[in-house]
Amino acid sequence: MGHQETVYDALTAAHGDEARWAFGTGFDDPLAGVDATVPDAVDPADLGAYCLMLGDDALVLGQRLTEWITRAPELEEEVALANIALDLLGQARLLLSRAGSAGVLGRSRERAGPGVPDEDALAYFRDPDEFRCSALVTAPDGDFAHVVVRLLVAATWRLALAARLRTSRDPVLAAVAAKAVPELTYHRDHAARWVLRLGDGTAESHRRARTAADAVWPLTADLFTATPVERRLADAGVGIDPAELRDEVRGVLTQVLTRATLAVPAWPADAPPRGRAGEHGPELTVLLDRLQDVARAHPGATW
Amino acid sequence: MSGRTLRRSAGDTGPAVEPRTVAETVVDPELPVLTLADLGVLRDVRREHDGTVVVELTPTYSGCPAMGVMRADLLHALHDAGFDRVDVRTVLSPAWSTDWITDEGRRKLAQAGIAPPGAAPQRLPGPVPLDLGPSRRAAACPLCGSPDTEEVSEFGATACTALRRCRECREPFEHVKEI
Repeated sequence: MGHQETVYDALTAAHGDEARWAFGTGFDDPLAGVDATVPDAVDPADLGAYCLMLGDDALVLGQRLTEWITRAPELEEEVALANIALDLLGQARLLLSRAGSAGVLGRSRERAGPGVPDEDALAYFRDPDEFRCSALVTAPDGDFAHVVVRLLVAATWRLALAARLRTSRDPVLAAVAAKAVPELTYHRDHAARWVLRLGDGTAESHRRARTAADAVWPLTADLFTATPVERRLADAGVGIDPAELRDEVRGVLTQVLTRATLAVPAWPADAPPRGRAGEHGPELTVLLDRLQDVARAHPGATW
Repeated sequence: MSGRTLRRSAGDTGPAVEPRTVAETVVDPELPVLTLADLGVLRDVRREHDGTVVVELTPTYSGCPAMGVMRADLLHALHDAGFDRVDVRTVLSPAWSTDWITDEGRRKLAQAGIAPPGAAPQRLPGPVPLDLGPSRRAAACPLCGSPDTEEVSEFGATACTALRRCRECREPFEHVKEI
């Protein structure tokens, strides 16, 4: 205990000033001082649209995970899900700021009003049809098995993408990806160990994990279909054609399910990426109502 | 307006203290036993020709909520030391690694009951291999020194720590996980 007291003593001693705890909406620009130049021969609108897709995936999945705080099977798991959500929120902030600096703000800018940073305008003042996240992350959760199976699929896809984006010709995207890789490795492996524990656990946990895999697998249909933006950016050495991720993602997921004694559901046929075009189910509206409620009721508020 | 040229003595060019020395004393808001220098997030402190102090800061994790506080604390500390123009810039690349925590920082962590990180995993290009086994990380108990400890959770109270328990003295403790 003596050692613990040292930590907290230092905390109160060093943190006498009130400004330190002023968290709320008043966050700094996460890209403050980062050179926002867009690489040669790249349309800033494309780069911004791409950052929105990847930022929205992270923002919405992070929000879904925070819905499990106070509901996870154990306290440690709530902390884990909150940590994973925080990493994703951080990735979302960087990417939404990058989208904003590339000028892709749409009508969110005028709705948010002056004084609201780009990342907040994009997160809080876009309507559901302006979000570019995939169906995988917008789908509502069922039980905890569904949470970890979906997280496994989402983290596997995102890690495979981030590992490739480390060599993007856009230095900001490359740096964001390089930071995300070790984080996503923790997320993916954490989810994979849960799938193992549930799949190779009791008859009931196995049944739930199998039901979750059956529900999540169809949501992978559009994950490997490139939008025109992704194709152009892949050609320019800035983005990745998601078709390139298919073998790696399927290989990792097959490996985990097999080890978990779970049958690998049939892979769905490729489908057009409706989420990337702003076509979402009503569940995204419900999620965004919760996410945006306070910011829209009190635009520009800080606390 | 007197019209005469304002002459400055040699000692009048700014505070006598080096801005790096000031910046290095600012502590991490979440692990206040460490300075930003101990943590390895202070990438550069320099004075530009116009006298502006440029501080380059790198986040630990993408979502580290301490970043804004670190930036504000650096600005305050440097302003208080007499540096009027301070520019704190975010540097994302290369990404922070726990390998950048100094030996002094590791010593302070252990002294505060937090196990310091081991060597970070190598960063290789290409696909990241799956790790399905139990965590292979090892950390000696910072309280009793026993190497016989187990991981309770890979995710602890802050983004950069894992939760462990000592099998010898039975106490739980935090471990700065390798990244």
